[in-house]
Amino acid sequence: MNKKKVTIAAGQGFWGDWLEAPVRQIQGGAIDYLMLDYLAEVTMSVLAKQKEANPALGYARDFPPLIERILSDIVQRNVKVISNAGGLNPRACAEAIVASARSRQIPVKVAVITGDDITALTSSRDFLHLETGGSLSQIRDRISAANAYIGADPIVEALQQGAQIVITGRVADPSMVLGPLRFAFGWKENDWDRLASGILAGHIIECGAQSSGGNFSGDWRAVPDLAHVGFPIIEAYEDGDFIVTKHPNTGGLVSQATVKEQMVYEIGDPTAYYTPDVVADFTTAQLSDAGPDRVRITGVKGKPRPGAYKVSISYFHGYRTVSTLVYSWPDAIAKAKAAAEILRIRIQDLGLQFEKIHSEVIGANACHGQLTDSNNELIPEVMLRFVVQGYHERDVKRFTREMAPLVLGGPPFATAYSGGKGDVSEVYGYWPSLIDRAEITPRVECLV
Amino acid sequence: MRTIRLVELAHARSGDKGNNSNIGLIARDPRYYEILCREVTIERVKRHFAGICLGTVERFELPNIHAINFVLHESLDGGGTLSLRTDAQGKTHAATLLMMEVQVDFTP
Repeated sequence: MNKKKVTIAAGQGFWGDWLEAPVRQIQGGAIDYLMLDYLAEVTMSVLAKQKEANPALGYARDFPPLIERILSDIVQRNVKVISNAGGLNPRACAEAIVASARSRQIPVKVAVITGDDITALTSSRDFLHLETGGSLSQIRDRISAANAYIGADPIVEALQQGAQIVITGRVADPSMVLGPLRFAFGWKENDWDRLASGILAGHIIECGAQSSGGNFSGDWRAVPDLAHVGFPIIEAYEDGDFIVTKHPNTGGLVSQATVKEQMVYEIGDPTAYYTPDVVADFTTAQLSDAGPDRVRITGVKGKPRPGAYKVSISYFHGYRTVSTLVYSWPDAIAKAKAAAEILRIRIQDLGLQFEKIHSEVIGANACHGQLTDSNNELIPEVMLRFVVQGYHERDVKRFTREMAPLVLGGPPFATAYSGGKGDVSEVYGYWPSLIDRAEITPRVECLV
Repeated sequence: MRTIRLVELAHARSGDKGNNSNIGLIARDPRYYEILCREVTIERVKRHFAGICLGTVERFELPNIHAINFVLHESLDGGGTLSLRTDAQGKTHAATLLMMEVQVDFTP
């Protein structure tokens, strides 16, 4: 049996992921495609702020230097790269890459995918909130970016045009894996079961090492050598079956358990995983062992793609500061709570106006709330974390002066204030909505 | 009967979608799946997350991988970017669920 095989490796699971991972994916063995995911819900707001300050920015600035590092390798080995690093400014990102490639006299064809930016539409019409049903008029004057999650179509087109590097803006993450599979195998755009297979493959590797032993709760001690964790790789076949694996001689672990954990990550109804390309049914996937660090997935079924694209709109939501202070035994938890109470009284006395005030005791109730909360006096130390958020920047700034005085004027044995003096940061909200497919026209343009 | 924590029967991962978190609870052994389905009900999960999950709990079964997916509505204090909590994205909600105690008549 000599079935055609296509290999897609994940290089980044988010902007800020391990910088060595993509290099190791290129050098660790033969691959056909390298897929790098940079965009999370929160990332678009960060990029919007950067673009506002400098219209030439608004993309993942780590990406051009990374390409510089791997450019000669990917050209030599004919590895194609697909990434949403373009963020809110895919053209500028592509131009930076082309300029650097030219200066090194390595010719490379870079495709730019645009058409996801719908900011212009938000001024004139409503986009109802997907969960609350609220009207956009609540936030219209504060919008910083609005994008539709487009699908694999323009990626297929870019690869057909011979692009070596495909740079997108807001594309559904798993579509970056489905795109090359559709291109390589010629899958039709209504071949729902195969498309669903490709989407599940994308879902499994879009978060980097989370399917190859990272963040694995099954038995973390049994995962070898996470210092050299191998990021996941998909070996896909024409019929839609695929294998999840990683390069030989890397750390980490690919097992049914590590793959299952990623399958259930950030999903709703598993029988209807919505993407712009297909609605995938994760309950139809059959997993089996296919050797060490190899898991085979077969049988995935899909349903016709939805008539609308998902939209993400980010908007300004005021200012925030986080202050922390460490309290030691005895009575560490009770003292941290008493200190928080003092801060609340002082906020009132000063007349500071906030939308939200929040305090937690790290070591008692920060992650698991009342389930683990106690006043256990034996705890050696805890950290008080106090957060305020509001639209009045001056009030938020004023609050940053309130934690320090507790070192001398609050409950005893407080320390580590110098690490906890909060900066004031801007806050952006996330407004999900929908837009009819007919209103979005993805465009592909190749730069050389 | 003995009382054990879910972590002995299952592993799990959680994450965020807007103001909701989801927890995928996966049986460590196919034989445990039935126990998870029976014991980890919507009502119990809602009670377990008192003070964290302010909305409803949805529950979906994935028998093919012996897993149950829970969606906890209004459980992130406004969602990833707006939440003031340490765990703004619900990354540790899976661990919270694994602390739940259940009664079993065997030793896992």
